[in-house]
Amino acid sequence: MKPAMQRRDFLKLLGAGALVSAAHGVAYAQSPGAYRNLLVLIELKGGNDGLNTVVPYADPAYYGLRPRIAIRREDVAQLDERAGLHPALAPMLALWQARELAVVQGLGYPKPNLSHFRSIEIWDTASASEQYLSEGWLARAFAANPVPRSFAADGVIVGSQELGPLAGGARAIALTNTEQFLRQARLAAPAGQSRNNALGHILKVEADIVQAAGSLNENYAFRTEFQKGGFGDVVRTAAQVIANRAGVAVVRLTLNGFDTHQNQPGPQANLLKQLADGLVTLKTALVELGRWDSTLIATYAEFGRRAAENNSNGTDHGTANAHFVLGGKVKGGLYGQAPQLGRLENGNLGFAVDFRSVYATVLEKWWGVNSSNSLGGRFGTLELLRA
Amino acid sequence: MNSGRRIAAALLLAFVTGAVQAAAMDFEEARLLLNRTGFGATPQEIAVFARLSRGDAVEKLLRGTNSVARTPAPEWAGDYVRPGRMRGASEEERKAMQRQQFERAVELRGWWLAEMLATPTPLTERMTLFWHGHFASSLQKVKASKLMYQQNLLLRRHALGNFGELLHAVAKDPAMIVYLDAATNRRGQPNENFAREVMELFTLGEGNYSEQDIREAARAYTGWSIEPETGEFRWRPFAHDNEPKTVLGQSGNFDGDGVLDILLGQPATAQFIAAKLWREFVSPEPRNAEERRELARIAKRFRDSGYEVKAALRELLLSSAFYAPENRAALVKSPVDLVVGTLRQFEVGVGDPLPFTLAVTQLGQNLFAPPNVKGWPGGDAWINSTTLLARKQFLERLLHMSDMTNMRMNDLGKVPGAGRMGMEGRERFARAVADVRMDSSAWFGRLQTATGAAPQRILLAGEPASPLPGGMPERELLRALLLDPMYQLK
Repeated sequence: MKPAMQRRDFLKLLGAGALVSAAHGVAYAQSPGAYRNLLVLIELKGGNDGLNTVVPYADPAYYGLRPRIAIRREDVAQLDERAGLHPALAPMLALWQARELAVVQGLGYPKPNLSHFRSIEIWDTASASEQYLSEGWLARAFAANPVPRSFAADGVIVGSQELGPLAGGARAIALTNTEQFLRQARLAAPAGQSRNNALGHILKVEADIVQAAGSLNENYAFRTEFQKGGFGDVVRTAAQVIANRAGVAVVRLTLNGFDTHQNQPGPQANLLKQLADGLVTLKTALVELGRWDSTLIATYAEFGRRAAENNSNGTDHGTANAHFVLGGKVKGGLYGQAPQLGRLENGNLGFAVDFRSVYATVLEKWWGVNSSNSLGGRFGTLELLRA
Repeated sequence: MNSGRRIAAALLLAFVTGAVQAAAMDFEEARLLLNRTGFGATPQEIAVFARLSRGDAVEKLLRGTNSVARTPAPEWAGDYVRPGRMRGASEEERKAMQRQQFERAVELRGWWLAEMLATPTPLTERMTLFWHGHFASSLQKVKASKLMYQQNLLLRRHALGNFGELLHAVAKDPAMIVYLDAATNRRGQPNENFAREVMELFTLGEGNYSEQDIREAARAYTGWSIEPETGEFRWRPFAHDNEPKTVLGQSGNFDGDGVLDILLGQPATAQFIAAKLWREFVSPEPRNAEERRELARIAKRFRDSGYEVKAALRELLLSSAFYAPENRAALVKSPVDLVVGTLRQFEVGVGDPLPFTLAVTQLGQNLFAPPNVKGWPGGDAWINSTTLLARKQFLERLLHMSDMTNMRMNDLGKVPGAGRMGMEGRERFARAVADVRMDSSAWFGRLQTATGAAPQRILLAGEPASPLPGGMPERELLRALLLDPMYQLK
């Protein structure tokens, strides 16, 4: 990667803008594997309650903190003698038994911020708690190690308008469904000179549309059946995007509604069911495409929730959280650290694994690119991938 | 300097300032001022303002602004239906209630859009929308349309009034109480949602308070609640925490109003609001030290005036940054800007505003339902591949109103919740579209009469991004201008 990068900078210095895309091709040719491995991120927006997702059902402290909203021991889908999944996640047990589901507990970062907006910004930009960065971690990674120009886009965003980890320079396409996108794309034209940031942004979006529309031109007829409505539609669109031959490096899906301050049990169960069904369906679709072994799926959210329930049958903003990593190359099992409910700080869980370790794992182990520049430091990787 | 020379210098200064204030604005300045404080300034409006000085123009805008809506209230505006009373309800009752909530939400959006289209003082609606994004509450959670309607009236009443009064009023506004869970915040069992957001998003901004301040403030807000049967504010003294609290270094047995006053006493509050006004009216952020000084001056003026919104706006609209050539076309139009601005620009005849309320939603600005408590992020975030294409499609269809019926009927299914409108709603939509009257040649006529300026000088905030070939027929020229990336900017 490194020599190609230097060559790219050298070409830039010469002002050989037109040649830069050729340099991308060179970079790709030197590490052909990199972005053939697909990353699928799933944002559990609002801050999913990890303690009721991966339940420490053998810990009496859990039931002490949550007398009303705890998941009963007899209801959990057991992973081992201490941890179990929320019953709505039962469809995921097949993935667990196939050893393709990693559960990472205690994900967080030092000096946690409890604001939705600030904390998701920290996760999206991979910044330290008191560091303000404007580019997403993937946008930085792609600037350093470009995705091949031949790809439809660097990343496609489904189910949200926010670019998150792709904000600030990546070729990102946000779409609701592929058919509609292609129908409308004729209205875009790459033209004109940027005169300020706002105009520059619009011209870039037009150019990205033209490029993506040129590639996303097939409509794959899946045998896989997708759930109708809600997250099912998001998964279907994501699968359509992945089915296209031109390729994308990242697809980001969003499932919204996890900010459960009040009457949490019903809504959270409903969301987790959508998540579990969506993940199982996505696996089926990826297997159908022959992409299951070259896809890594990871969930994330701005934070977990307070260990104790609040007075409204819900939970307030918290800190460390449990997340899922899955795929055909994933070494299933429990990672990180079970919640230490006896050692809360201001009512919140301490973290055991820095979230940037998950990102470092994606960059180094999944894509084989350097991580320390994009993440602003060295973070240990997790051994959750099969060779 | 002796006193005679000092007086002479003062006179000279007064003369120079007076001269600057008195000189008529140029055409571009009048256009900029009207587009950023209103919606889609027409050639006639620009011609009137181009004859005024900056100072007179700003006074004209700030004088006599409406604080009540003229559009008649929706029929159900006084009718409070307690949401969530579903226990024991049959499946049909439940469905009927959801349908009613949905229909009322559509009418509420249409009501506001109609006001934006008709108002003689668009700055009022702009500021009402600004505060709606600032003090965000959403129908998605509040559910009762009456409460969101009343919150809108409250925001309009104070939109160009006093920020301190607005803050106190909105904190006890029933929709806000529901939205930020204030009613479940009780002594001994605080819910920190409101306490956090009031500091982070409504007053101080991130970084100007601690987690401890939030915990303490949450205790002060205990006891603020609503009456579930009527949806009115209710003070519950027994739920209030009467022990001393310490917030931002001040200790006392504060109640919620007491903490709001502490927040208003912090210079960070004026700075935070002034910076947000800057992003709304001037540019994404100050470009240099000079502009940062201007922003600081606006914040100081705002604070010194006791938080009079008009004082801040006057300072802002007369700042040199506001008119700086570098800041022209620096702001992205919001969906409301684009839709309302275009309809007002072309004096499009609109009966039932339904198609346009759906369009605004589809472009990413669902009125009365901002995405979260931070409101709409705005700026570049308005434009991504989905929304840019939807914007262009909207404009193109407006130019070809004949196509609009069929195509938009098909798209209706993609608007969140539109499936629930049923056949009746679809027919209403079709009738509304059939009633829309867009006459572009009449617009060219008005342009000729008012100014004789080239159409792009009215429609675009700067040179077109794609050069225009000469000699285009009117309709083609209009299409090229509306689809030009520059049309997305103001």
